[in-house]
Amino acid sequence: MPNLKEVRVRIGSVISTQQITKAMKMVSASKLRRAQTSIQQLRPYTRKLSAVIDNLNASLEGEIELPLATDRQVQHLAVVVVTSDKGLCGGFNANLIKTARKIIQNFQKQSGGKGMCTVIPVGKKGMDFFRKSDLRIDTRFVGLIQRPSFDQSATLGTALMDDFLNGIYDSVQVVYSEFKNPVIQYYRAHTFLPMVQDSGETSSDKKRTDYILEPNAAQIIAEMIPAYLRLSLHRAILDTNASEHGARMTSMDKATENAGELLKGLKLQYNRARQAAITTEITEIVGGAAALVG
Amino acid sequence: MAMTLEILTPEKSLFEGEVTSVKVPGTEGGFEILNNHAPIIATLMPKGEVRIVQPGQKEQVFPVKGGVVEVLRNHIVILTEA
Repeated sequence: MPNLKEVRVRIGSVISTQQITKAMKMVSASKLRRAQTSIQQLRPYTRKLSAVIDNLNASLEGEIELPLATDRQVQHLAVVVVTSDKGLCGGFNANLIKTARKIIQNFQKQSGGKGMCTVIPVGKKGMDFFRKSDLRIDTRFVGLIQRPSFDQSATLGTALMDDFLNGIYDSVQVVYSEFKNPVIQYYRAHTFLPMVQDSGETSSDKKRTDYILEPNAAQIIAEMIPAYLRLSLHRAILDTNASEHGARMTSMDKATENAGELLKGLKLQYNRARQAAITTEITEIVGGAAALVG
Repeated sequence: MAMTLEILTPEKSLFEGEVTSVKVPGTEGGFEILNNHAPIIATLMPKGEVRIVQPGQKEQVFPVKGGVVEVLRNHIVILTEA
């Protein structure tokens, strides 16, 4: 029989845990809302940028040489792993790290163990994990996830593009989590560089207008492509940020629920113990009274 | 027909509304966009400013860092990264 006081103490501690998880859930909910708004604000810009690029692509005569799209034999792979800074969000970070490890293992197998691989963690959790591995890591961009801003994402994007053009990296993969809704995240790996050109997407041929192009199509494209890549990287970071808060919200909700269930059981135990104590007391009194009468 | 302008950055929309004149710092030289300008796509200087005039108001200045301007049927869109 559990002691009355012990049960009372446990109930107290479960209640305070529940309060914390409930508060964390609410904090995540509001952070999630903010993260979602910044994704939405990205939309008009993205739409317009893609439209301009499409339009230019259509007016281009033949293919142009894009240095950012050159396929080379991959001897040095860079993997950007976007994770969160903090834990308590279920399997979120573990899943992202798993996705990244799979890519790295595949690459090492393919290159017969000769290929170089650098991990660029964004977010402390990824850094903590890969620091223990024997891979090369570049920790300059760890803090990006804390308060995602386009400026910072752009810096990372530009650095990656420079390294690619200078032949340091032959391929750059980005591991991130796509935000579907607060409960569902998709863990994705995306080839950032070399850029994948999707050809044949000229559905809006009829509406084409003859623009004056200044300086010329090729040069405008050459300027727009890096902008587009920076944007896609920023998008990946924002998505991961929103997913993180979504994942934390769900896991904290679950924790609050579990605490409620635990509490139910404990209360039952507590009442049983209390009832037992009362019964014993009454029996003692009745027994004592009977002894006096007799 | 009135001319409308949108200035978009990845983080927010800087301006949206009716304008009478827009001066942009094109890489091949700055130019001014007035009503019924021909369709054009032009890149912008890495460092420059967009000057706009709204009907009955004073000139407003927005600093831009590169980007692109598109004019189509009296609708101007400026895409820039901050």
